Amino acid sequence: MSSAVLQVEGLHKAFGGVQAVADVSFAVAAGEMLALIGPNGAGKSTCFNMLNGQLSPDAGIVRLEGRDIVGLRPRAIWRLGVGRTFQITATFASLSVRENVQMALYSHTGRLRSLVRRFGAAFRPEADALLEQVGMFDQADRVCGVLAYGDLKRVELAIALANQPRLLLMDEPTAGMAPKERVALMELTAQLARARNIAVLFTEHDMDVVFSQADRIIVLDRGQLIAGGTPEEVRSNPNVRAVYLGSVH
Amino acid sequence: MTFSSILIQLLNGLAAASSLFLVSAGLSLIFGVTRIVNFAHGSLYMLGLYGAYSLIELFGRTPLGFWSAVVLAALVVGLVGVLIELAVLRRIYRAPELFQLLATFAIVLIIKDIALFTWGAEDLVGPRAPGLSMAVEIMGKRVPAYDLLLIVIGPLVLAAIWLLLTRTRWGALVRAATQDREMVGALGVDQAKLFTSVFFVGAVLAGLGGALQIPREPANLELDLAVIADAFVVTVVGGLGSIGGAFLAAVIIGVAKAFCIGMGSVTWFGVEISFSKLTLVVEFLIMALVLVVRPYGLLGKPQAAQRVAAEPAPPFKVPSWGFALVWLALLVIVPWVTDRYAAILLTDIVCFALFSVSLHFIMGPAGMVSFGHAAYFGIGAYAAGLLLKRAGLPMEAALLIAPLIAGAFAIVYGWFCVRLSGVYLAMLTLAFAQISWSIVFQWDSVTGGSNGVFGVWPSPWLADKTVYYYLALALCGAGIAFLWRVMFSPFGYALRAGRDSPLRAEAIGIDLRRFQWAAFVLVGALAGLAGAVYAFSKGSISPSTISIAQSTDGLVMVLLGGVETLTGPVVGAAIFTWLRDVVARNTEFWRAVIGLVILLIVLLFPQGLVGGLKALVMRWREWPA
Repeated sequence: MSSAVLQVEGLHKAFGGVQAVADVSFAVAAGEMLALIGPNGAGKSTCFNMLNGQLSPDAGIVRLEGRDIVGLRPRAIWRLGVGRTFQITATFASLSVRENVQMALYSHTGRLRSLVRRFGAAFRPEADALLEQVGMFDQADRVCGVLAYGDLKRVELAIALANQPRLLLMDEPTAGMAPKERVALMELTAQLARARNIAVLFTEHDMDVVFSQADRIIVLDRGQLIAGGTPEEVRSNPNVRAVYLGSVH
Repeated sequence: MTFSSILIQLLNGLAAASSLFLVSAGLSLIFGVTRIVNFAHGSLYMLGLYGAYSLIELFGRTPLGFWSAVVLAALVVGLVGVLIELAVLRRIYRAPELFQLLATFAIVLIIKDIALFTWGAEDLVGPRAPGLSMAVEIMGKRVPAYDLLLIVIGPLVLAAIWLLLTRTRWGALVRAATQDREMVGALGVDQAKLFTSVFFVGAVLAGLGGALQIPREPANLELDLAVIADAFVVTVVGGLGSIGGAFLAAVIIGVAKAFCIGMGSVTWFGVEISFSKLTLVVEFLIMALVLVVRPYGLLGKPQAAQRVAAEPAPPFKVPSWGFALVWLALLVIVPWVTDRYAAILLTDIVCFALFSVSLHFIMGPAGMVSFGHAAYFGIGAYAAGLLLKRAGLPMEAALLIAPLIAGAFAIVYGWFCVRLSGVYLAMLTLAFAQISWSIVFQWDSVTGGSNGVFGVWPSPWLADKTVYYYLALALCGAGIAFLWRVMFSPFGYALRAGRDSPLRAEAIGIDLRRFQWAAFVLVGALAGLAGAVYAFSKGSISPSTISIAQSTDGLVMVLLGGVETLTGPVVGAAIFTWLRDVVARNTEFWRAVIGLVILLIVLLFPQGLVGGLKALVMRWREWPA
């Protein structure tokens, strides 16, 4: 897979005596939607946090477009072209929707240090264009602190797209949303990812979303990858059926 | 030092540690359960001392009289604590943290004046403990028997609290609430009763800590803030909410202080180090060190996240040009048409306005509460005075260089501070302010010690009070305008973003600490400018410009006007300065009056004066015609 944007090899992490993630390897290609699924406690979040710089792995290599990013801080990883959305949304509550996106654009271009220029003036069209894409333009002037949860998820997506990422990491992107909204948000994500050739890695509990939106799925159980492939392949994989349905079936 | 003198210092330190532990344990307990930083805890200690003094006079200097007085004093202080909880704090548990702080500070002012009214301004020296006034000979040195008793009392109280917390239902509730207050509430526990009882126990501990000190230190009116600073340091070093940690920290700090006194001046490698002068600084150095290595104290844990999200701070409104010009015109005209006195008062006001706007900048948009903002104000003032008097610079140069020196100090202090957040950050800022204060207070040969620096007058062309006022207005006004401008700049927005969500800020590439550090330096320099302008307007500088009282004045100004508005801190500074001036000229008890005014405002306008007025105007406008 020469076009892999993200390549993970032999990732390990233990907390005390508990092996949270053991020998996990996979890759995500540009324009591809890869879902990481698994039962609660399988190690999905640990795995995610090692990719985004919040945790450092005990062993293993994480390559972003060929470059090893293990040990870098989250902000450095972002600068290399990784956008993120959080399981529990994290936006700037006292800033307007537009200003949230402008903030990411300012940071991307390294212009946050100015003491005298007015913040509101720059990057307005760019921010509005991003908000248009995620369907939040009509609420651009509202403060994030008063938005509905589903709308905040969209704002996060717009923020994540602001630095023209090569890779999007989405941890439970639809958690807390109504079922209809979930599919809509991930359809939108898939559409944007394909149009901009962005690799997307997401964890998800909603299997409707996973099987309808992912190009490929990998399955984690007790820290280890037990299956991987297209939705069809994963659906019929006996290991997966055992983990989710119990071995009796 | 010989072994025996080391032992003596150790015993001295342990004796001092006992009272320190009692106060800190109470503070820690109250904070753990109610999440209120009780500024008035030192005042309760002070009341314990005064109470014990009076009760011993009443009961007679017999062993029975002494001990019943000590116990009764502690219980009475406990009731005072209950009164405070019921009358004030109960009404504001849902208010923002800073408002609770302001309310407890108002109580400090009121208690101070009640003590002044009841016991007078003179220090009161208590009797020695009857039956324990002798000294015990240990390894050839004499140790007061009472000190040995105190050494025993500390661990005994620790054991008692531990039993109370682990063996009773009440203790289980307290521990549960310390970990997760909301969950305890959700489980149907009567929080109101729990809070009141915790306040009672905490206040009794403070009162007992004070009462037990009566044979060792005179009762005086400065104890409240001195003790609260010590208690803050102990609880933070030990870890907020950890009683064991408080004990450990009290012992470490008590012993460290005793050794500093005991060692006196020592010459090492040809350099003379005066350890006795380090006593005021040593605890704060320990605290700074501990917080950098262990940000939650020796035995503390990270604070449990509160699930109830705070309301997002509303965006600031930019004052319109018309509004600003009208005010500026007024400020220019007033001293012209009135007397010289108005110019002096207005000069004070513009200095404090810049001071409070700079404090507001760091606590509002940047989200870092400072209990020690006076450090930069005072350093600016001293830098100006010393550059003029000791370095012989012209006044104009001193005035301009002073802010840079305050900013340089902020570079050092800020480097440590931005590594912490919340209450721990606030305490560390207080520690740095106290370190600065101690240095100024003890470095007689340079700073003039407790007398301060005299003859700090401006150049002849500025000698006229009105002319100087215009200079102050221009400099401080420019400072305020600059800070307001910065608030709406990308830099200011980045700070707000970091306050709202450090996680998201990091995830979009913002190196938050660098921004916060830069903000620290910026406001430090501008507070320094305010201090320098203030110094030349007064002609003299005293250590009180760096005191805790000066820092809390700043907090009061900001909170009085309201954190959530841009103009609030200016209005707060003006009203506070004016009010203090008016009240102080009419009554000896001006602190109590100001305390009452603050309490009224806190209870009636929880958004500050400007915020409250705005809300009123809004309601009036929305009234159906």
